[in-house]
Amino acid sequence: MKLNIVVLAKQVPDTRNVGPDAMTPEGTVNRSALPAIFNPEDLNALEQALRLKDANPGTTVHVITMGPGRAAEVIREAMYRGADGGYLLTDRAFAGADTLATSYALSTAIQHVCPNVDLIIGGRQAIDGDTAQVGPQVAEKLGMNQITYTEEVLSLEDGVITVRRHIDGGVETVQSPLPVVLTVNGSAAPCRPRNVRRVMQFKRALAPMELAPGTGYSDLPYAGQYEQKPYLKIAQLTCADVNADLQQCGLAGSPTKVKAVENIVFKAKESKVLTDSDEDINGLIVELLASHTIG
Amino acid sequence: MYNEQIKFELENSPLMPRIVELKERNYADKDAYADAPQDYADAMDSYDRILDVVGDIMENVVAPNAEAVDAEGPHCENGRVRYAEKTYENLQTMIQAGLNGVTMPRRYNGLNIPVTVYTAANEMVSAADAGFENIWSLQDCIETLYCFGSEEQRQKYIPRVCAGETMSMDLTEPDAGSDLQSVMLKATYDEGNDCWRLNGSKRFITNGDSDIHLVLARSEAGTRDGRGLSMFIYDKRDGGVDVRRIENKLGIHGSPTCELVYKNAKCELCGDRKLGLIKYVMSLMNGARLGIAAQSVGLSQAAYSEAVSYARDRRQFGKAIIEFPAVQEMIGNIRCKLDAGRALLYQTARYVDIYKALEDIARERKLEPEERQELKKYQKLADAFTPLAKGMNSEYCNQNAYDCIQVHGGSGFMLEYACQRIYRDARITSIYEGTTQLQTVAAIRYVTNGMYASVIADYEQQAESIADTDVLDRIKAMAAQFNAATAAVKETENQEVLDLCARHLYEMAADVIMSHLLLQNAAKNQSLFARSLALYLNHAQADISKHATFINNVVSQGCEAYRAE
Repeated sequence: MKLNIVVLAKQVPDTRNVGPDAMTPEGTVNRSALPAIFNPEDLNALEQALRLKDANPGTTVHVITMGPGRAAEVIREAMYRGADGGYLLTDRAFAGADTLATSYALSTAIQHVCPNVDLIIGGRQAIDGDTAQVGPQVAEKLGMNQITYTEEVLSLEDGVITVRRHIDGGVETVQSPLPVVLTVNGSAAPCRPRNVRRVMQFKRALAPMELAPGTGYSDLPYAGQYEQKPYLKIAQLTCADVNADLQQCGLAGSPTKVKAVENIVFKAKESKVLTDSDEDINGLIVELLASHTIG
Repeated sequence: MYNEQIKFELENSPLMPRIVELKERNYADKDAYADAPQDYADAMDSYDRILDVVGDIMENVVAPNAEAVDAEGPHCENGRVRYAEKTYENLQTMIQAGLNGVTMPRRYNGLNIPVTVYTAANEMVSAADAGFENIWSLQDCIETLYCFGSEEQRQKYIPRVCAGETMSMDLTEPDAGSDLQSVMLKATYDEGNDCWRLNGSKRFITNGDSDIHLVLARSEAGTRDGRGLSMFIYDKRDGGVDVRRIENKLGIHGSPTCELVYKNAKCELCGDRKLGLIKYVMSLMNGARLGIAAQSVGLSQAAYSEAVSYARDRRQFGKAIIEFPAVQEMIGNIRCKLDAGRALLYQTARYVDIYKALEDIARERKLEPEERQELKKYQKLADAFTPLAKGMNSEYCNQNAYDCIQVHGGSGFMLEYACQRIYRDARITSIYEGTTQLQTVAAIRYVTNGMYASVIADYEQQAESIADTDVLDRIKAMAAQFNAATAAVKETENQEVLDLCARHLYEMAADVIMSHLLLQNAAKNQSLFARSLALYLNHAQADISKHATFINNVVSQGCEAYRAE
């Protein structure tokens, strides 16, 4: 069975390896100090999509990402690993979006570029926002079933998908007819590596937004390549391209208001002083065992 | 893993544009294959990206698996090998990344990358897990099949290797180790089925349950020497070869070392009869020796990384032990031998690249006279440098692993730090694919015929414009000691004296050549190499004086005292 799969992916600051300059004095993320990476659980999602493509010849996998021009790196990265192509959803009107406005933009774009979508697969959550809301909201807006915390797609037969979910204290196996939205947990299989042949093939793929202002593909080195190989031009979509309602996009469409951001500093009264006596150590071990921190 | 030194070695040689132009036949594939480079800059960019993928996989998959693979090791079950569990993950990842059959032409699904770039990948794989490197790098056996097999055999086997099937070279037997002329595995022609059959056994075969074997066997009944040996291709799909047992080894546990039994195994002749040892295996071994040189450099890099990270963490007497001169000397020695050996490795790889590419072009068309000259020149250089790169780097990685454990002190002796695995894995490098003693045998003719001396003279000339006079004077003084020692040994006209002094002359030549290569590197990039050059010169000067003293003594005393009792 040939499937149309859309993978939702986000470029995020790498919050896993933070240095002292990771936050600005104002308490916001200092994006320039953190390398931009493919959101880790979106890579798990991509792997599930590529496995379905391996098992179902003729299947296409396209990545949609919303962000500035440099977010096209996520699309190239996905192509290196096996995706057929992608769409960069980029427009000033999308800026400042919370999860509601983001899922509106993504679902509108999916309806536009892939109306016959069979599966939408995304990571459980992004490491910069940690909301886990975008995938489920996309499902709601498109009226599709959703399976969250996906750990593995066990089978897909006769239009019915069987999925193992990772849930508190165990696993659960569920089924759904297509189309369906899956959000994939970090405990799922890691993504396959970049394939070097694909890296060489797609290394020059660029979205228009990545070009210097006022220049076109014909101004680039190896310009002729873009004429011979149309797949090197990464598709780019604006608000208008997908007929999105401006009122539901970006800051305007975001009911979430950040009241204040506080740095969490542990104060002395929240900590406990232990000595190296056997009594204190035993007490700590018992406490950690009880809270399942160890053991 | 993909560090600045490796990048430097790829980017900074004046030979590289020529290598790529030859390998890419002037970029003839550029419109036929989507992954082929458009020009030199494009090719270099692609190599850089390939190596970045390799480094990424090594850091995130292979290195983290190394300890578990070492602890589990392979298993022998019902005549077959089952690798350690994590080895399958390593192999699968390399296949997904497309990193097999990488030097093969694109028409057989290869990546057509130069040996120099493959060597860089090999070095990184070894730094992550030297045992896994054995399995992965046996893919370079396909070079020999490509060079000497028929077109039909190329089409049958090369795409399979590019898709990830593994290889082995079945040479050693219980009574044929260093002396391969004694190989007795019997190959007979089966008239009825129009094929060759193998009967007998082999021992110490690395990855011996591979998919595609190159086998050295005696096809000429009644012969006893190398002229009766031919090379065969055994396809595991045909069956007939079983693994009797696997060895329990000191190191490289990730790589199964097998005893094989051939029971009327169907096989194909590769190339011409009787040329198995004298032509094909010699070519196979040269490729394998460069591979071991890369494996050794990878191990030296791993030893360096482990030693530095431990010495920075470990505190004694109120400070990190890296603050103590005695520790600094050990770490400095590892660093300079690593950089010197690496420079030698890549210089060798580049020489190999040029001659192999020209040799391959000669299969397509007649070479121009100047191309034939070039081929000859680089083939000679490759032949002279390969035993130096293999022998010196394998000895260095053993010394470096020893010093790495010494930096760790008591903790290094316990089986809890990576240094103990590096130490055990390093030990085989100076033994297999020809011991250091046999590398010396291969190299000594280039001492006595003046080949190394003329390379050194050539490097001296190049150095005039780039080096400080005092640095160059020191290297010139070392070269003078080497030349004097060579002359003194030759003057005795005593083969026994030459044999006894050979290892010492070999190391003297290598010391001078590596000093020059580091000097050339430092001239281009002070910040990467100036320190290693300074340390290496101190090491090399002392080493050369030691060898000179030894040789003087042997020349005046004779060999009597060394003869076996």
